[in-house]
Amino acid sequence: MKFINLIIIAVRSLNKNKVRSLLTMLGIIIGVASVIAMLAIGQGSRQSIEDQISNLGTNVIMIFPGASSRGGVSSAAGSAVSLEMEDVISISNDCPSVKYVSPVARTSGQVIAGALNWNTQLYGIYPEYLEIRNLEIASGEMFTETDERRASKVCIIGETVAENLFDEYTDPVGQKIRIRKIPFKIIGVLKERGQSGMGSDQDDIIMAPFSTVQKRMRGSQRDIQQIYASAQSEEQIQDASDEIDELLRQRMKLTKNDDAPYMIRTQTEIVEMFTSTSDTMIVLLASIASISLIVGGIGIMNIMLVSVTERTREIGLRMAIGARGRDILRQFLLEAVLLSLLGGILGVGLGTLSSTLVVKFMGWPVLVTSYSIVLSFSFATVIGVFFGWYPAKKAANLIPMDALRYE
Amino acid sequence: MNSGEIIISVEELTKVYDMGEVKVHALRGVNMNIQDGEFVAIMGHSGSGKSTLMNIIGCLDLPTSGEYFLDGVNVKEMNKDQLARLRNRKIGFVFQTFNLLARTSALENIELPLLYNPNLKAKERKEKAMNALEMVGLADWQHHYPNQLSGGQQQRIAIARSLVNDPVIILADEPTGNLDTRTSFEVMEIFQELNSRGITIALVTHEADISQFAARNVMFRDGRIFKEKLVTKIKNAKAELDALPEEDDNF
Repeated sequence: MKFINLIIIAVRSLNKNKVRSLLTMLGIIIGVASVIAMLAIGQGSRQSIEDQISNLGTNVIMIFPGASSRGGVSSAAGSAVSLEMEDVISISNDCPSVKYVSPVARTSGQVIAGALNWNTQLYGIYPEYLEIRNLEIASGEMFTETDERRASKVCIIGETVAENLFDEYTDPVGQKIRIRKIPFKIIGVLKERGQSGMGSDQDDIIMAPFSTVQKRMRGSQRDIQQIYASAQSEEQIQDASDEIDELLRQRMKLTKNDDAPYMIRTQTEIVEMFTSTSDTMIVLLASIASISLIVGGIGIMNIMLVSVTERTREIGLRMAIGARGRDILRQFLLEAVLLSLLGGILGVGLGTLSSTLVVKFMGWPVLVTSYSIVLSFSFATVIGVFFGWYPAKKAANLIPMDALRYE
Repeated sequence: MNSGEIIISVEELTKVYDMGEVKVHALRGVNMNIQDGEFVAIMGHSGSGKSTLMNIIGCLDLPTSGEYFLDGVNVKEMNKDQLARLRNRKIGFVFQTFNLLARTSALENIELPLLYNPNLKAKERKEKAMNALEMVGLADWQHHYPNQLSGGQQQRIAIARSLVNDPVIILADEPTGNLDTRTSFEVMEIFQELNSRGITIALVTHEADISQFAARNVMFRDGRIFKEKLVTKIKNAKAELDALPEEDDNF
């Protein structure tokens, strides 16, 4: 029998039992729709994590000192005195894939401006830090290398700090503040950045020249708490990270196999770390959703078995007038596949619709990808073939004489 | 094909159904020929083996032993698919319960056997189906569904379906079993009409008066042919139909 005729027969037979066909499809519809919705929510949250991490800066590489270990007792990460000013200088001189380098000195403390005060973090950085982190100055200007050399008492402040220290009629630029009793002059305000991916306020910050913070606020310690660097391009992130690692090992006289007393983290790694978590979530959600697809498949099998029994005489007749076993097999298999395909189409529609509603009413980031549509669609087809096979085979194996006499 | 040529030849045919502990001998050595253009009635009580013989002749079943040649083909050596093909090309079936597909128009029911013949194009199928429908006199009913037709009309559609593939023989298994006298005669009229055009018909029946419309009667008992005779005075279905009293009910 020609394929087109098989399709006509299958469509007709589904059409004869409209309600039954629809109910049978419902399992597949719900399954496909939930797979699509789950994937959409998962992909959406993954996308938003990626966006937030890209907020970190451009091609960022972070270097932290490791944990110190004395007599087998490890202290917290960052406690080792392993990074020094010379490391920063040689990274900037000897690593061709590195574009910018900036040491970071971090402290926190009370800030006073007139009658108002605020407790915030203070970062000591090089001017290049702005480039690395993609930060911009909203008003005023950034401090310069001269300020760095002189350890000038100048700073730039984040929007949150500005709001808490000054009323809306005062321009913070040019104002004097005292940070832990040391007077600083505000020369610029950072452009608003909002919350970070981890929920902290990125505008609650004051930045001053590295040497100022290191010498005046951290008591001239030699160790550097963190180094920020950026690679020349996205492709060179790994190269830059390798160069830095090699250089630091050389400087610390370590071989390749020694445990290094520092950690290097690239932006790519951080993205991977977070997305792998959300990938696990996506897989989990999608597998729960696909269980309903399998249940839907069992529903199809059930109905197809009923249909084969109901139509035993029809099968007998078809065989008597010349249908081969494989003609009958194809007929019933196609019917099952058509059921699940139709269910798949409706499911894709429902899934896309519900994803759109989630965006609209819940405000969750949701992303319906063509990949998820293709995936759930082909999954539905496979289920149609898989669960349609047994009933179809059963029909094809009927003995024509017995089938004709079936009551 | 020349009239009188043997199209069905059965030699020492036996059929044993193995029912586990009991073996049922449905046929115990049957010899029979059917010639082209014949109209044979096969008679016997239930369990006499007539239906088993019909199944074997119709290529729905294979004999336990013996030979069966259909139109020169040795059926014994066929596999399942080849049997299906034989049924599709050489046999036309008419059943007691019509076996029409519900919610499928008369014309499409007739067309059904042709769908399993991939050599035919849609247009040819429609033409052949329409010709067959005309031969049973129901050309105006082509778009009706079986449930809109009377029993007699349904059986005529079924006969048209058996005709549509130009079979070498039409096998009718109790075709009048579900019909009243008048419609039985109508159906027999169709068979006689078709036979007069040269179509070979084998008819299974247990009704003696129905068998009188055929030219030859073969009687079965206990798996063997018990009696065989040529009907001396073949009844004419059309004349019998005219002789029936007028129908006084109009439903």
